[in-house]
Amino acid sequence: MSKKVAFLQGNEAAAHGAIYAGCTFFAGYPITPSTEIAEVCSVELPKVGGKFIQMEDEIGAMSAVLGASLAGAKALTATSGPGLSLKQEIIGYGCIAEIPVVIIDIMRGGPSTGMPTGPSQSDIMAAKWGTHGDHPAICLVPASVQEIFDETVRAFNLAEKYRTPVMVMPDEIVGHMRERIVFPEPGEIPVIDRTAPSVPPEKYKPYDTSFGDIPPLAAFGSGYKFHVTGLNKMEDGFPTTKAPIVQAEEERQVRKVEANKADIMKWEEYMVDDAEIVVVAFGSTSRSARFAVNAAREQGIKAGLFRLITFWPFPEERMLEISKKVKAFITPEMNLGQCNGVVRGCIEGNAPVYGIYHVDGEPVNPEEILKKMKEVK
Amino acid sequence: MENKLPRIEIIEKYCKGCAICAEYCPTQVLEMRGFVVAVKNLEACTKCMQCELRCPDFAIKVFAE
Amino acid sequence: MSYDYEKWIRPGKLPHIWCPGCGHGIVMKGLIRAFDTLGFKKENTCIVSGIGCASRLPGYIDCCTLHTAHGRAAAFATGVKMARPEMDVICVGGDGDGCAIGGNHFIHMCRRNIDMTYIVMNNKIYGMTGGQFSSSTPTGAKASTTPYGNPDPAFDIAKLAIGAGATFVARGTAFHATQIDKLIVEAVQHKGMSVVEILDDCPTTYGRRNKFKSVVEMMNNLKETTVPVKAAEKMTPEQLQGKVLTGVLYKEEGRSDYTTEYAKVIERAQAAKK
Repeated sequence: MSKKVAFLQGNEAAAHGAIYAGCTFFAGYPITPSTEIAEVCSVELPKVGGKFIQMEDEIGAMSAVLGASLAGAKALTATSGPGLSLKQEIIGYGCIAEIPVVIIDIMRGGPSTGMPTGPSQSDIMAAKWGTHGDHPAICLVPASVQEIFDETVRAFNLAEKYRTPVMVMPDEIVGHMRERIVFPEPGEIPVIDRTAPSVPPEKYKPYDTSFGDIPPLAAFGSGYKFHVTGLNKMEDGFPTTKAPIVQAEEERQVRKVEANKADIMKWEEYMVDDAEIVVVAFGSTSRSARFAVNAAREQGIKAGLFRLITFWPFPEERMLEISKKVKAFITPEMNLGQCNGVVRGCIEGNAPVYGIYHVDGEPVNPEEILKKMKEVK
Repeated sequence: MENKLPRIEIIEKYCKGCAICAEYCPTQVLEMRGFVVAVKNLEACTKCMQCELRCPDFAIKVFAE
Repeated sequence: MSYDYEKWIRPGKLPHIWCPGCGHGIVMKGLIRAFDTLGFKKENTCIVSGIGCASRLPGYIDCCTLHTAHGRAAAFATGVKMARPEMDVICVGGDGDGCAIGGNHFIHMCRRNIDMTYIVMNNKIYGMTGGQFSSSTPTGAKASTTPYGNPDPAFDIAKLAIGAGATFVARGTAFHATQIDKLIVEAVQHKGMSVVEILDDCPTTYGRRNKFKSVVEMMNNLKETTVPVKAAEKMTPEQLQGKVLTGVLYKEEGRSDYTTEYAKVIERAQAAKK
């Protein structure tokens, strides 16, 4: 039997990916350029018995998905820049209370209202440092419609596996472009559900780490009763200010992601092995970069592409290795150097890192990248 | 049975001394001793339960069988 | 016979954090009596709160409890209720949490007529942060941020709820302890959004700044400034001057609740699919 093929918009693919992953709850608030995700969820979720709610604001939407997740639902919200800013406090709540949830942020220009219909990649640092306090961060940056589908499924899997909020951040170009997509068969991509407690309700503690850093999560209404708070808490879920416990718990929450980086990180290396110039790019910019790398190779320039698919956690170790044998990095990005700074931060000064920055609503085109390669060669 | 005295239990570690119980007791059974309530005149207790009902701190129990 | 509150209190959690004379404990007792009367099952009961003194209540009650972020109780609770409509979901919190920072969620929760109960403990002040004026502090009152008297008018929370579309709205006080559980029971039994405002006292941060000499004086004030709705019907406007009504203030029957309506959405979507 041939697989189902469709011509879909990136945002539509995100909604379908969520449902494939078992999402049964969406709460959101209309915002350009992510609104199609909400629209498709409003159509498709009730067909599979799921629920869609348009909340009164972005904060409410973020709160509702956390509530639904605690009640056992796989939950999704979608937004764009200003909405992401509004959601940030509650994203932090999801991190400290360790609630699996997926946030899709279709990146548009900023700050503030910025350029609502213009593409951008300027929310990348907000994905890691947007909410206050130290916390784990997982952020995926797909570059095609198919990849939006696949990475949305993976985002749910990571959220459930590591009991933490996960962000998917396509830029507006990827979110709004239309491409061919092949729907995977049910079961073709494994779908992970959160680990349910193995102990009876009377013995259950929501942050019990006796089986490892990721405590099993029971659902409200499933026979288990427990307390959840945004305060620093003990293993039984109740607040504490005891220094050793608070320190250990915060470190554990971050360690859930840091110690499992190998499982979470994903990237593609294109002609990097013998490259003298490596372009580090993600999202739509990586498509221009691939074009530029091909053109450069034709002209005898040893160029390669390091395409990030997971942005956070960032592949620091691999970037350091590569930096030891290249002459230069180039980071084309639709912001003023957010990825550039991260690359610089992990290569110990081994190579210069040149930037091509657009915050004018225009994509980075291949010619610009090729020109920069020739300049730095 | 009518005139059997109730037992008033005061959980001192819960009592914060707000005096609501003593003030609203219609027969002045209770009194404040420093920051904790105490039973002054158990014989006067009419078992109306107002003290237990109003105590914000779960610190008074009136057992009246 | 002494009431067995302990069966709903988590072992080892008392004494609670509330100050001497704070009415929140009286409200919590009323809530427990109401749960008992309603025959609630702990595993099927979810209490959701925001941030503030009153929002610490869920930590003491032995059921599914969710202490969320400031102002967000209604929105978290909406998610819980949507995901599990069969659960009994109760929101609790203070006036500032529910109606200032959480005001938007509060009114839209009322508008949706979602089948939950929201209990607002209105002590007219931000207690936990030390007594700043809230959206329900009376005009002229003193707070740490209104040293010359409050220039703001206050919300009438019950009217706000009625105006926003809640289909059951009641008001009680921490003084009228026996009424609290009765109002909560009636609110929960109402199918649809119910709001119960409990006028409460904060001796520590409101009372001492506003010339209340004692806890009892604050409690008496709750008694003297309120009138049951039934009694008010026989009173003249002059007699009602400065009085706040208590009891069931509004009840609208027959309006479908939100999760019931959404179940119909699912039916329609699935019928269209076939």
